[in-house]
Amino acid sequence: MKVGVVTFPGSLDDVDARRAVSIGGNEAVPLWHGDDDLRGVDAVVLPGGFSYGDYLRCGAISRFAPVMTSVIEAAGKGMPVLGICNGFQILCESHLLPGALIRNDHRKFVCRDQRLRIERVDTPWTSAYAAGAEVTIVLKNGEGGFVADEATLDLLEGEGRVVARYLDGNPNGSLRDIAGISNERGNVVGLMPHPEHAVEDLTGPGTDGLGFFTSLAEHAFA
Amino acid sequence: MARVVVDVMPKPEILDPQGKAVLGALPRLGFDLVTDVRQGKRFELQVDGEITDEVLAEIEKVAETLLSNPVIEDFEVHVEDRSVAEVAHEAGR
Repeated sequence: MKVGVVTFPGSLDDVDARRAVSIGGNEAVPLWHGDDDLRGVDAVVLPGGFSYGDYLRCGAISRFAPVMTSVIEAAGKGMPVLGICNGFQILCESHLLPGALIRNDHRKFVCRDQRLRIERVDTPWTSAYAAGAEVTIVLKNGEGGFVADEATLDLLEGEGRVVARYLDGNPNGSLRDIAGISNERGNVVGLMPHPEHAVEDLTGPGTDGLGFFTSLAEHAFA
Repeated sequence: MARVVVDVMPKPEILDPQGKAVLGALPRLGFDLVTDVRQGKRFELQVDGEITDEVLAEIEKVAETLLSNPVIEDFEVHVEDRSVAEVAHEAGR
């Protein structure tokens, strides 16, 4: 499959994300924030970083980039979209996902290997995992606290839309230890930790993140 | 030319770590009167011509669309003659 990775001004992890896409067995296609052409991709990754310098709010300005008009339209038709860290923030600002991400409750930037439980595995990004799988991937954020009102949180839990949850301590004050969520259909997934930094033994805490990039193929053939 | 101000504040139920940090610093500096701090944003917008209901309606839309995130923030729009810089200048700061 062709997987587009968007580069915004201030994206940091677009190159790592493209590399992870390739290692996961798919073709990585660079996409540019100022271009609304998705170049025929089958899925899109919005990578981590500090797009537009995090000015105003994280993801608030990226949401209005020309490429996002196309991404929002394609997501509405069912195209798989994965937002990692800053990408998750952009998906929330775009209203493709509910809630918002605010400054970590302890006010410090956190960078560590984080244990997670993968809870929703019927999405195109997580089907390679067994339900309840416990994995370790990199977490690095300053504004990673997931918040939403109680009704929205209950809805997410009730519909099984919590994709990943923090284990061994909440690193950023996210409500109900939520590390990642999906839309109702499951094609749009937002995740605060970085699976693209955990796809090779040489660097990072291991290869537990690879499943996010191999799931696409499994999903396509399922 | 007229000025419209948009104030954006975190909703009361949303944790405000920055405001908490400021509140925590005050007693250390000897300021004991302040019991709570919430940190928000102020936008000073300049528009051509007079402020009409139509202008205010558009500014409300700007505030709702871009300047604030309704999931976590409240906003308030009002007309204000003087900028903070002008007020500060007149006060001799």
